[in-house]
Amino acid sequence: MQQENNTTPVQMKKKRGITKTDVQQFLLRGRAFIALILVTVVFTSLSPQFMTTENIVIMSKHVAINALLAIGMTFVILTGGIDLSVGSIVGMIAMIAGGLINEGINLPQLGIIIYPHTWMIIVLSLALGTLMGAISGYIITRFNVAPFIATLGMLYVARGIAGLRNNGYTFPNLIGRPEYGNTGFEILGAGNFLGVNYSIWLMVILTVVAYIVTTRLPFGRHVYAIGGNERAAELSGVRVARTKIIVYSISGFCSALVGLIVASQLVAAHPMTGDSYELTAIAAVVLGGTSLAGGRGSMGGTLIGAFVIGVLGDGLVMMGVSSFWQKVIKGAVIVLAVIIDQVQARMQERIALQEQQEMK
Amino acid sequence: MPNPTPVPSAETTVAENIILTAENVTKVFPGTVALEDVSFHIRKGKVNVLIGENGAGKSTLMKILAGVEQPTHGKILLDGREIHLHSPLDATRLGIGIIYQELNLCANLSVVDNIFLARETTQNGLIAHKSQKERARKLVKRLEQNIDPDELLGNLRLGEQQIVEIAKALAQDVRILIMDEPTSALSAAEVEVLFRVIRELKSHGVAIIYISHKLEELLQIGDYITILRDGRKVAEEEAKNVNVPWLIEKMVGRNPANLFTRKERQLGDVLLKVENMTLPRTGGGYLLDHVSFELREGEILGFYGLMGAGRSDLVDCLAGARPLATGSIQLNGKPVTVTTISERIESGFVLVPEDRQRYGLVQTLSVMDNMLLASLKRYIKGFFLARREEKSATDQQIKELSVRVANPQQPITALSGGNQQKVVVAKGLLTHPKVLLLDEPTRGIDVGAKSEIFEIMNRLAAQKYGVIFVSSELKEVLAMSDRILVMSKGAITGEFSHQEATEEKLVAASAVGHGPSNGGNHYAAGK
Repeated sequence: MQQENNTTPVQMKKKRGITKTDVQQFLLRGRAFIALILVTVVFTSLSPQFMTTENIVIMSKHVAINALLAIGMTFVILTGGIDLSVGSIVGMIAMIAGGLINEGINLPQLGIIIYPHTWMIIVLSLALGTLMGAISGYIITRFNVAPFIATLGMLYVARGIAGLRNNGYTFPNLIGRPEYGNTGFEILGAGNFLGVNYSIWLMVILTVVAYIVTTRLPFGRHVYAIGGNERAAELSGVRVARTKIIVYSISGFCSALVGLIVASQLVAAHPMTGDSYELTAIAAVVLGGTSLAGGRGSMGGTLIGAFVIGVLGDGLVMMGVSSFWQKVIKGAVIVLAVIIDQVQARMQERIALQEQQEMK
Repeated sequence: MPNPTPVPSAETTVAENIILTAENVTKVFPGTVALEDVSFHIRKGKVNVLIGENGAGKSTLMKILAGVEQPTHGKILLDGREIHLHSPLDATRLGIGIIYQELNLCANLSVVDNIFLARETTQNGLIAHKSQKERARKLVKRLEQNIDPDELLGNLRLGEQQIVEIAKALAQDVRILIMDEPTSALSAAEVEVLFRVIRELKSHGVAIIYISHKLEELLQIGDYITILRDGRKVAEEEAKNVNVPWLIEKMVGRNPANLFTRKERQLGDVLLKVENMTLPRTGGGYLLDHVSFELREGEILGFYGLMGAGRSDLVDCLAGARPLATGSIQLNGKPVTVTTISERIESGFVLVPEDRQRYGLVQTLSVMDNMLLASLKRYIKGFFLARREEKSATDQQIKELSVRVANPQQPITALSGGNQQKVVVAKGLLTHPKVLLLDEPTRGIDVGAKSEIFEIMNRLAAQKYGVIFVSSELKEVLAMSDRILVMSKGAITGEFSHQEATEEKLVAASAVGHGPSNGGNHYAAGK
């Protein structure tokens, strides 16, 4: 029996107190949060306008758009999937909602045009976005298509529909007409509650809900299990296909919500709305520490990741950095974050080795 | 051979004891018949043992009973009524639980989350973590283990993971519990605990289906024994009426002793000297704990141990597949300083990996392309690959290893497991190695192919190759090795010459450090 070795590692650890490696580990684990603080401090010192209430409100509104998409994306990525279609669904839903307000539902056979109420337009749009996500999920699970491919296809289809809806033209002036009873769409984007914009409230509410779903509901547990070991999850009785379809539906729902918010903020719907939003959302998720392989990550991390990207983007704009350099810097930050992720994993193994060398 | 006559008693025992029946079940996979007209009766409150060689159809039958696979023909009867199991969920609902051989757990979830996966206890829709944790703690305690329910599963050692898999099955209220090789990673003490739990379950009327390769073990715990060979049922008998030689004869269909014979050889100089090979384990502890040994020219050096003892890690390290490994390696007296896999191949190491399908072969390539993959450099003329040399090298290997293949351009997937394994060996040999690292080279191949692989090993040793032979099959290690090293928990715990090695000695050495319920647990805790 080699009993003498067994208890030593635990005792060693207690004796050593806080070491350099402990500090390194802490810095690496909290990297997204540290990055956020760093970026904020740098921009505050460089620009006096940065930390003004006005600017913070504007930034938060920008962050909210990306964060809402990133929340849906986090669900997808936690299962080990990816959703490339979110930006296109944003555009498609903006165009659908814009069309419903300005043109209504035309039924030439009956010779009538139906103008739905604004709240009905919102419900219809959200349902349609969810359905688009569900279709991606169904294709992925039913026909065993790689998520990258299925959602790439959806990216083109949804963007195509966005263009088709009005032949590539914008729907302007989405304010409705009092006589049709479809006014008030702009409130979603411009309205405040307790002085805070609705989109920011939605971000907060959805983050809290998503946090509870991922940490406290069986569904959330199943999402993590599928990302960690899909086969094991299936053999344990998890309904893998259904869970995945729901996950993509959530992402579609979030995309539709963003589509509505963006159209409402601009009081116009353009077919290219939301172009390449999916990449920013993926970047936020990855920055927040969620593994693209699935099974590891958190909603809190995603929110912080979205803030890092938002603050970085707006900060650079305020500094007058050219948009080309902005892209270079953003790209570098994202790759750097993933490198740090890998470094952390390797460091953990090295720490294990160190501890045992000390032991001997 | 004692008691060779098939006794009808097993077939005609009182019917009311039978809870689950597989009736004339046939399962056809594309290309093979995995099960042919097999009937299997499972008795209430008894341990129903199912044995057979690899590929005999045990796992397929289990998967059918657990709802993972559906039979091509035949029916399943539960309490005399026909049932249809379309998914594992259906089986669970009917009270059929299963402990899988290849552990089906999520490394990214905690112990308690794994135990209750897809069966979460909820309160107002939210997971009731506290009560789950309490139940998990009780289950683990029942298995006399000391595992923290909140620990991440990936941080546990393999034996503990197996305990979790067992706890997961116990967490359901099962009437029928299928155990597929539940003891493969357990120490002797842990097996004792498991057997106590099994007896307790029996007394509550739970029917156990028990699959194992460890024949002594299943005679100890089993009540009824069913033997499969090549997808057919060859015998059914009460455990008290049979003994180990009878089981082997039924399983193999011939006397096992003459299947593999080792040829006496003259050993040469020291070829390989490994000192203090060490590999840390994520989450604390060692995968390899200062391993040192020597290998001579023409020697077959067997490595025996339980699953997770570190044998595969050792050959991986030698092959250069583990960058974190430390320690010194000398080949022909010269230190090996290169660390990457391709450099190690050039210096003379070649690995035949344990998982043939995933790491040994590229499934989309032909037999020939697979064979040449590791040695392509040798066939470059100018910028191009020299077709003719490639072809002649392939043909020569096919002939020497007698790979049964119609044409080297055939897809690799068209070959049987044994012939695929020969292709992997040929791929290694084409790199002109000095040390062959064979990790479980006989896993999942039939008896005939096994003896052919052993024949090849004998021939290579005679040609002064050094052969490291990792195996979990006691009989094979004993029969083939000039010398046997036993590993446990990453360290070498025994060394035996061919003459002095016995099954008992190997098993005892492989259990070193697996103390009753505490061995190694602290490693996991000390992350």
